[in-house]
Amino acid sequence: MKNSLADRSSGGIICAALITIFFFSGPLHSQEDLVSLSVKKIAPPSSLLATDHKYDNGNSISLSWVPSIDDALMNNPIVAYKLYRSSNDTEPNLIAELPPGSSYFLDNGVSTDNSYSYSVSASTNAYEVLSNRTESITPQSEWINYNKKYLFLMVMIISGAIMYFIVSAKRGKELFVRKIAGLEAIDEAVGRATEMGRPIMYIPGIQDMDDVQTIASLTILGRITRTIAEYDSKIFMPVARSLVMTAARETIKASYQAASRPDSYSDDMVNYITDEQFGYVAHVNGLMVREKPATVFLLGAFFAESLILAETGNSIGAIQIAGTARPAQLPFFIAACDFTLIGEELFAASAYLSGEPMQLGSLKGQDVGKAIAMFFVLLGVLAATVSAAWDIELFNNLLDNLNELFS
Amino acid sequence: MRREIPLIITTVTGLVFAISYFIPHMPFGNSENIFGEWISIVQAFAIWLGVLNLVKVSIDKILSKKGDAYYSYIVIISLGIMLIVGFWDGLSGLYADPPYPVIDDSTSFYWIFKNIYTPLTSTMFAMLAFFVASASYRAFRARNFQATLLLIAGFFVMGGRVPLFDLMISGITDVPVFSHFADWIMTYPNTAGQRAIMIGIALGIMSSSLRIILGIERSHIGGKS
Repeated sequence: MKNSLADRSSGGIICAALITIFFFSGPLHSQEDLVSLSVKKIAPPSSLLATDHKYDNGNSISLSWVPSIDDALMNNPIVAYKLYRSSNDTEPNLIAELPPGSSYFLDNGVSTDNSYSYSVSASTNAYEVLSNRTESITPQSEWINYNKKYLFLMVMIISGAIMYFIVSAKRGKELFVRKIAGLEAIDEAVGRATEMGRPIMYIPGIQDMDDVQTIASLTILGRITRTIAEYDSKIFMPVARSLVMTAARETIKASYQAASRPDSYSDDMVNYITDEQFGYVAHVNGLMVREKPATVFLLGAFFAESLILAETGNSIGAIQIAGTARPAQLPFFIAACDFTLIGEELFAASAYLSGEPMQLGSLKGQDVGKAIAMFFVLLGVLAATVSAAWDIELFNNLLDNLNELFS
Repeated sequence: MRREIPLIITTVTGLVFAISYFIPHMPFGNSENIFGEWISIVQAFAIWLGVLNLVKVSIDKILSKKGDAYYSYIVIISLGIMLIVGFWDGLSGLYADPPYPVIDDSTSFYWIFKNIYTPLTSTMFAMLAFFVASASYRAFRARNFQATLLLIAGFFVMGGRVPLFDLMISGITDVPVFSHFADWIMTYPNTAGQRAIMIGIALGIMSSSLRIILGIERSHIGGKS
C-alpha cells in the first residue's frame, strides 16, 4: 500500500512538472507538435519530386515520392496519401487522395501559364504529416511526342505502301483482290428483294457519326443504294442517332441522283427512332416483323442488340448481310446471318464494291501492313520462346527491344 | 461546291487529327477536346431534328389510320408526358431551396425512369437469352469440319465454365481438367484469333481513313459522277 501511495505521489509530481514545462516552455507551433507529445508520429513521405511530364501539351506534371517508412507495417496506420498543389505560391489545395503504398501521381490539371509547387502528406485517421514542399515548376509544352516515334514510323511505312499502290493502280497496274462472299452477294440480295416486291432494311449500327464504323457503313450505304435506285427497289432505314439520320439522307439522296432517279428519293426512307439502345431494338424488331423485308443489312457498330436484331431477321426469312468491327459481336452475326463481313472487310467493302483501281490499290497497301504485322508476330514468338527456353542473351535483347517498340 | 466543301472540311479535319496525335503542342494538342466539344454541340442541336422527325412520322401514321397506328399514339403520348414531367421537375428543382437535379430520387421523372423505363429495357435485354439459345442451336450443328471444331470447342468451354463437369471427374482426378482446358482455349486460341482480327481492323481503319481524307472515297457524298 505504501509503495503504491509513493508511486502515486511521485507520478503526481512528474505530471505537475510536465504541466509546468508545458505552460512555461512557450507556445506550441502546430497541431503536429501536440500530436508528437501524445503519440509516436508516423514518418512523412520523403524525396517528393515534381517533374514536367515529357512530350505533352504542357498540361501535366509527374509527381513521385518515397512512401512513409510506416507504410509497410503490418497494422498500417496510414489510410491515405494526400497531395496538395500550390499555384503561383498561393494557398495549397488538396488535389488527390491516394491509397497507402502509392508513390506516383500524374497531375493533369495544370497549364503552362502558372508555376506549381507540391507537398504530399501521409494521413492516419487522426492526423497527417507533410513532406517538404517541392520547388516551383512550370510545365512545358513540347512540339513532338517522341514516345510515339516508332508508331509514327509504322504509320509512315503503311501509309506510304497504301499511297504507292494507289498511284500504281492509277497508272494502270493490274491488282488482284480476293473475293469477299458477303459483298458478292449484295447484288443478289437487292435483286431478290426487287423480285419479291418487298423492301430492304438497312441498319447502320447504334453509334453516332464520330464512330469510324458508322462512317464505313454510310460509304457502303452509298454503293448499295445506288444499286437499289437502279433496280427501283425500296429501302427503309431506322437509325438511333439524329446526325446519322441527316448524313444517311444526304448519302441516299446523292446515290439516287447518281443513278438518275432523284424523283424516287424520299426523306421518309430514313427515320430517327431513339438514342436508347433497347428502345431502338424494340422498334426495329417490330418493324421487321410487320414489314417483312426481303433483305436486311446490319453494317456498323453493334453491341448487345446484334443477336436480337439478327435472330429476328432470321426468323422472318430475310437474307442477311452483316458486318462489324467489334470482335465480341462477330460470332453472333456469323451464327444468325447469311454473310458476315469480319472486321477489316467492313472497311474494305466500299472500295471493293466500287471496283475503282485507286480504291482497290488502297486495299493492296493494307496487305503490306499485314505482312509487317506477321513478321513482328513471328519474330516476337521466336524471341519469347527461345528466351524462355534457353535464356540466350541475343534473344533476350531482341525481346526487350520488341517490348520497347510496341509498348 | 456542294461536294467540294465537305471534302475540304474532311481533309483538313482528318489531317489536323492525325497531326495532333504526334504533335502535342498548341494548336494541335487540344484539337481533340475542341472537336469533341463541337460534336457535342452539334449533337445537342441535331436531337431536335430527330425528335421532330419522330413526331412527324408518328402523326403521319395516325392520320393514315393504318393498322399499326396505335403504336404512334403511344409514342406521342409518352413523349408528351416525359416532356411535361421533365420540364416541371427540372424547373421545380431549379428554383427549390436547396436546388435538386431532375434525376433526383424524389422527382416523378426519376420515378417513371426507374419504374417504367428500366423494366422495359431489362425485358428487351432479357430476350437475348432466348436468342442466344436458338442461335447456338444452329451454330453448333456439326455440318462441316469448322462447325464440328466449333462444337467441340464450345463443349469444352461451356463445360469448363460450370462446376458440373469437373465434379463428374473428381473421382478420377483432383485436377479441374475442364476448367483448365476452357481457360487455355480462351487465353490462347481465342485471344490469338481476336488479336488477328484487331490488327486487320486497325489496318482497315487506316486505309479507309486515308481514302476519305484524300478524297478518293466519295460514296457517302454520291460518288465521283
